[in-house]
Amino acid sequence: MPGLESSVAIAGIYEYPKRLVGDLSVLGIKAVCAQAALDDAGLAWADVDGLYDAGETGLLGVLEFAEYTGISPRVIDATAVGGSSFEFHVAHAARDIAAGRCNVALLAYGSLARSQGRAIGVGSRLSAGPPTATSNMEDPYGLPLAGGYALVAQRHMHQYGTTAEQLAEVAVAARYHALRNPDARRALADLGIRRDGELRVEDVVASPLVADPLHVLDCCLISDGGGAVVLVSGSIARSVRPRPVWVLGTGEALASNDNGGDLTSGAAARSGPVAFQQAGLRPDEMEVAMLYDSFTITVLTILEDLGFCGKGEGGAYVEGGRLRFDVPGGPAVNTDGGGLSSNHPGMRGIFLLIEAVRQLRGQSTAQVAGARHAVVHGCGSQLGGRHSGGTIILGAR
Amino acid sequence: MAAKKTEQAEQAGQTERTKQAERPLPRFPEPDTAEFWRRTAARQLTYQVCDQCSRVVFYPRAACPACGGRTLSLQVSAGLGTIYSATLIRRAGHPYFLQRVPYFVAFIDLDEGFRMLSEVIHAADHTASSLVAKRVAVSWEEHSELSIPLFRPIAT
Ligand SMILES: [Zn+2]
Repeated sequence: MPGLESSVAIAGIYEYPKRLVGDLSVLGIKAVCAQAALDDAGLAWADVDGLYDAGETGLLGVLEFAEYTGISPRVIDATAVGGSSFEFHVAHAARDIAAGRCNVALLAYGSLARSQGRAIGVGSRLSAGPPTATSNMEDPYGLPLAGGYALVAQRHMHQYGTTAEQLAEVAVAARYHALRNPDARRALADLGIRRDGELRVEDVVASPLVADPLHVLDCCLISDGGGAVVLVSGSIARSVRPRPVWVLGTGEALASNDNGGDLTSGAAARSGPVAFQQAGLRPDEMEVAMLYDSFTITVLTILEDLGFCGKGEGGAYVEGGRLRFDVPGGPAVNTDGGGLSSNHPGMRGIFLLIEAVRQLRGQSTAQVAGARHAVVHGCGSQLGGRHSGGTIILGAR
Repeated sequence: MAAKKTEQAEQAGQTERTKQAERPLPRFPEPDTAEFWRRTAARQLTYQVCDQCSRVVFYPRAACPACGGRTLSLQVSAGLGTIYSATLIRRAGHPYFLQRVPYFVAFIDLDEGFRMLSEVIHAADHTASSLVAKRVAVSWEEHSELSIPLFRPIAT
């Protein structure tokens, strides 16, 4: 695969600041975010010729969104693989732009998950619609989304001796970052998070268990929200933004819990190496890592799968606050506060991209001085079962 | 007419309420899993073996995920296995599971080489952690047309 350097950049970003939206429809949130991200890039609706949609408004959502916004794209991609869809969209947009099929690619997301009372983590998850092989084999057993992640965590503990305290480090670092981010602070207050100050490891492990070994504070919050990202060709990037953020590598994978398989390793183990190889970079060259934190265990396994440490070493790796932006020895992880403490309306992948771009522009509220490279990894659907992994390497240059 | 409608609505509501307290069951027609569930009525836990490449396949499907082979033979498992991982579910949204919390859900590696999701019962003296790597045997929960395979720890 040819290198992407200098051919595709992220030129515009926007994260909806509130987590209880109140006065907008989902399509309205998407449109508002899209407009703001285009403004950020110095571009307009009419410039958009590539549209990427994760289907959060429905299977044919991209048609509705194009109609709603009057966008008439030449390239249309409705890849829907869960919360990591946006990493897949960046991968596809990078290919489409590099191939000259479009020049301005728009990714937009909106959700009213909180307002609509969607119980994402512990809802019934019974399949709607006609039965399928998997619905018939899974529905009778009552495994909520959180339960799938709990099964990964339990196996990780059994296989490697990982502890609840080590998992808690991920939540503690996320909260440390959230408290520096005004939008995240307001999120914690607006969403009624009872314990909204600094977290200690013992606070996490003392919080009620949801699905053993995961506690409430090992789980992301549930919010409303939205965001948008604009990708452009290299020539446009150089003309519209002083600091474009370049897409250097992309990787995609799907994984499932196969007979005899190792549950502690996920799709990231296959998407990661592809992305790093294309970028010509190594994990230890990443100052920032935006890793999907649906649950603390998600981050731990992604760190291992991407190669920041060996398989089974994630527990020891995250100890001592290593994930914090101001602690050396590893990348700053989830510097916006993450899904654990800032923003998780169901599909968090777009916010990973947005915060990585902020870091590489020098605009994060937990800024890593001089950050030049960031890795983004989205994990969609249910780790421990069918899931997707999308890895993106970004560079400031 | 109006009265009859109300009565029907009440009956429907009644059925709905009764249903809500019961374990969600597989629904049919569903061609991939129909035979698996039909056999459970006779307390047979079945899995597939690909005629072409001998790979063990589970859940049941129409084509082998290893080689694409279209001929898969149904075999009956002895129902013995080892817990690969387990969790204790303490919060649930579905009414049946809500009344059941806390309950154990696990991945079980059956001795024949397939992994299945199931519930572990009769495990009150265990934790999720202590269940991992424990030996289990299938235990059937009977329903009118089929049985649900659950698992219970066994002495080793
Ligand atoms: Zn085969």
